[in-house]
Amino acid sequence: MNTEALKDLLYKIADDQLILGHRNSEWTGFGPMLEEDIAFSSMAQDKLGHSLAFYKILHELGEAEPDTVAFTRNANQFHNCQLVELPIGEYDFSLIRHFLFDNAEILRFDMLTRSSYEPIAKVATKLKGEVKYHVLHANTMIKQLGSSTDEAIERLQNSLNEALPYALGIFEKSKFDNELIAEGIFEGEEKLQTQWLENIKKVLSQTHLELPDLNTITPKFGGRYGEHTEHLQPLLDEMAEVFSIDPTAEW
Amino acid sequence: MLTKEQVLTWLEEVKDPEIPVLSLIDLGVITDVTVAENGEKVKVEMTPTFAGCPAMDYMKRNVEEVLAKYGVQDFEVRMSFDKPWDSNKVTAKGREALKKFGLAPPPEYNLILDLDILEHVKCPYCDSDNTELRTPFGPTLCRSMHYCNNCRQMFEQFKPV
Ligand SMILES: [Zn+2]
Repeated sequence: MNTEALKDLLYKIADDQLILGHRNSEWTGFGPMLEEDIAFSSMAQDKLGHSLAFYKILHELGEAEPDTVAFTRNANQFHNCQLVELPIGEYDFSLIRHFLFDNAEILRFDMLTRSSYEPIAKVATKLKGEVKYHVLHANTMIKQLGSSTDEAIERLQNSLNEALPYALGIFEKSKFDNELIAEGIFEGEEKLQTQWLENIKKVLSQTHLELPDLNTITPKFGGRYGEHTEHLQPLLDEMAEVFSIDPTAEW
Repeated sequence: MLTKEQVLTWLEEVKDPEIPVLSLIDLGVITDVTVAENGEKVKVEMTPTFAGCPAMDYMKRNVEEVLAKYGVQDFEVRMSFDKPWDSNKVTAKGREALKKFGLAPPPEYNLILDLDILEHVKCPYCDSDNTELRTPFGPTLCRSMHYCNNCRQMFEQFKPV
C-alpha cells in the first residue's frame, strides 16, 4: 500500500469538506428562507463531521492531530478543489455549488465503500447515507427553482456558467491517481467525472437550465496541488482565529 | 462477578440528550460491550448516528460516568465507524418510544433511500400516511420535517439513514 497516495486522497476529501462546511456555515442566520438557513447549517455540521472522520484516519497514518491539521496549515498546504473555497455569493451560487459538489461527493463515497483500504471503506459506508440527504436537497431545489420564474432561471444559469469551470476542478487528477486505481483504493477521477456528468444532466434536463458545452470550458485546476484563489487564505485565517481563541471549541 | 448483561442494564440509563425517552441501547449506537475474564476491565464500543452530531461526545461522556458511578475502575469507551450505524439499528422498543414522544420512527428499509420513503411517512399523531416531506433538515441532524394532510399539523421524523 502506497501511504503517500493514500494520504493525498484523504487530504483532498477532508479538505473539501472542511472548507465547504465552513462556507455553508456562513449561511447560518442569513438563508433566504428559514428552511434553507437550517438546511445549509445542517449540511455544514455534517461536512465538518465528515472532514473530522477523514482527518482521524490521517492521524492514524501518522499525520498531526485533526485540530492541528485543520487549523494551522496555510493555503498552499490545502488539497481542496477551488470550487469549495469561493465566497458564498448569492443564494443561487451557493445552491449551484452545493448541487455540483454533492452530486460528485455521493459518487465518490459510493466508490470508496468498495475501497481496498478498510478504514476508508467503513467511513464511506456510513457517510454516504448522510450525503444522500445533501443530494436529495440539492436536486429538489434545483428542479423547483430551475423551472420557476424567468428571473430565478436566469440567476441560476449565470451561477451554473460561473461555477462549472471550478466544478470540473473537483476531478483534477492527483499524481497518484493511477496507483490508487491499481491498488483498488479509489476508482479514479475520470470514472467519477463521467458518472457525475450523467447524473447532473438527468437533473438539469428536468429544468430550464442548460449545461454549457464542456469542450468550450477550461477547468480551474491547481487546488489538488495547493494552488488556490485569493479567497482561501482569508477563510483559513478566520478559522484559525476562532481556534486560537478557544482550542477546545466544538467544530 | 461483573457480566456483560449487567453493564447493558446500566447503559439503559444513558439517554439520547436530544430525545430523552430513547436509551443509547435502543438508539443502536452501543455496538459492543466486553468484560474481561477477571471481571475487571470493561470495554464499550460506540458508533455515531451522524458524524457531525454534537451530542455524540456528550453521550460518550455519559457512558463513562455511568460506568464510574457503578464502581467500574478500569474501562475504555471507544467511538469508531467499525460497525457503522444506520437507522434500522433503532430497536423495536426504541421505535415505540419515539412514537410516544411524537417523533415518527424511521421506517425499516433496504438502505436504498429514495423520495418515496420520505414522502409518505406515517404521522405519529394520527397514523395517516397522507403526509408530505417539507424539508429533510430539521432542528437536529437526525430529524426531518413533514406535514400531515389528515390531521393538518407539522411533525418530525427520525430520519432513515
Ligand atoms: Zn396526522
